[in-house]
Amino acid sequence: MTDYALLLIGTVLVNNFVLVQFLGLCPFMGVSSRTETAIGMSFATTFVMTLASLLSYLVTTYLLAPLNLEYLTTMSFILVIAVVVQFTEMVVHKTSNSLYRLLGIFLPLITTNCAVLGVALLNLRLQHNFFESIIYGFGAAVGFSLVLIMFSAMREKLTNADVPTPFKGAAIAMITAGLMSLAFMGFSGLVKI
Amino acid sequence: MNILIAILVLGVIAALFGALLGYASVRFHVEGDPIVEQLDALLPQTQCGQCGYPGCKPYAEAVANGEAINKCAPGGEDTIKKIADLLGVDVQPIDENHEQDDTSQSNRPKVAFIIEEDCIGCTKCIQACPVDAILGAAKQMHTILIDECTGCDLCVAPCPVDCIEMRPTPDTIQNWQWDLNKIAVKQVD
Repeated sequence: MTDYALLLIGTVLVNNFVLVQFLGLCPFMGVSSRTETAIGMSFATTFVMTLASLLSYLVTTYLLAPLNLEYLTTMSFILVIAVVVQFTEMVVHKTSNSLYRLLGIFLPLITTNCAVLGVALLNLRLQHNFFESIIYGFGAAVGFSLVLIMFSAMREKLTNADVPTPFKGAAIAMITAGLMSLAFMGFSGLVKI
Repeated sequence: MNILIAILVLGVIAALFGALLGYASVRFHVEGDPIVEQLDALLPQTQCGQCGYPGCKPYAEAVANGEAINKCAPGGEDTIKKIADLLGVDVQPIDENHEQDDTSQSNRPKVAFIIEEDCIGCTKCIQACPVDAILGAAKQMHTILIDECTGCDLCVAPCPVDCIEMRPTPDTIQNWQWDLNKIAVKQVD
C-alpha cells in the first residue's frame, strides 16, 4: 500500500510529467490561457490517461507478450489512445456541449499528447503491474492537471500585469513555465523510487 | 507466419475498438446543434439585419460557426456578455460599424424634432408618420409627441423646408444611465 502511495506522490510531484519530464507541453501552453478551459482539459486528459494506461497494459500483457509481438507496442498504443480519445470526445459532446466548444481542437489533439503515449511506454519500461500501471497513469494525469491549472491561473493574472512589451504574451508564459519547472526541482529527493 | 499473426492481432484489436466506437456513437448520439437554439434565444429577435445577416437565427448559426459575437446592435453589451458566457469566449466591445444605424454619437434612441419657427404647416410629415406621432393641421404649426415617436426617420425626407431633425431623447431621471463602463479604471498594483 505504501508503495502505491509513494508511486502516486512520486509521479505527481517528483517526476511531474510536464515540468520535470517535459512531456505534454503543447496542451500545457495551448489551453492554459483560461482557467475554465484548463480545468476541462485536465478532466478529459485524466480520464484518457488513466484509461489508456489500463488498456495498454492489458493489450501488452495478454495480447502482445504471449505472441512475442512486443515490437507492435507503439503502434497498438497509438490505436488504444486514439480510440479512448474518440470515446472521450463523444462522451464530452453528449454531456457538456459548452465544454466541448471550449476545448475545441484540443480535445482530439489529446491523441498526440506525448504524455499519454509516454505513460503507456514508461509503464512497459518500468515493468509496472496492473495496479501500478493504473496508478502511474492516474498520477501522471493528476500531475499534469495540477501544473496546468496552476499555470493557467498565473497566466490569467499575467494578462492584467504590467509586463514589459518585449515579454508580452508567449514570452512571459515561457519564462513562467521555466520558473515553475525550477520550483518543481525542489521536490526531487522527496521520494526515492 | 509471424507477420500474418501480427496483422491478425492488430486487425482484431482494431475491429474490437471499431465496434466499441460504433456502439458509443449510437449511444452518445447528439441531436442537431443545440448551441444555435441557445444563441437564438439570447438574441433580441428584432430581425433588424444590422449584423449583416437576414435575421436573428441566421446570425446565431453564423456565431456558432465562429462569426464575431459583437455585431448585434439592438442587443447591446448585455447580449454580447451573455453570448460570451455561453460560448466561453472573451467579451468584445460592440462593433462600431454595426452600431451607427440606430445610435450614432450616443447610445440613446433618437426622436424627431420640429424646429417650430420654420414649420409652414404643410402636413406632409403627418402623412408620412407611421405611428401618428405628429400633431398639427394645415397652415398650423406641427409638433412631435415624443412619447409616441419611434425615431424611424420617415418624416425627415418629406419636409419641404427641412425643419425636422433627429435629436437624441433628452436626459430625464427615468432614462438616465450611469455609464460606469466608460470611466477608465486603471489597475494599481
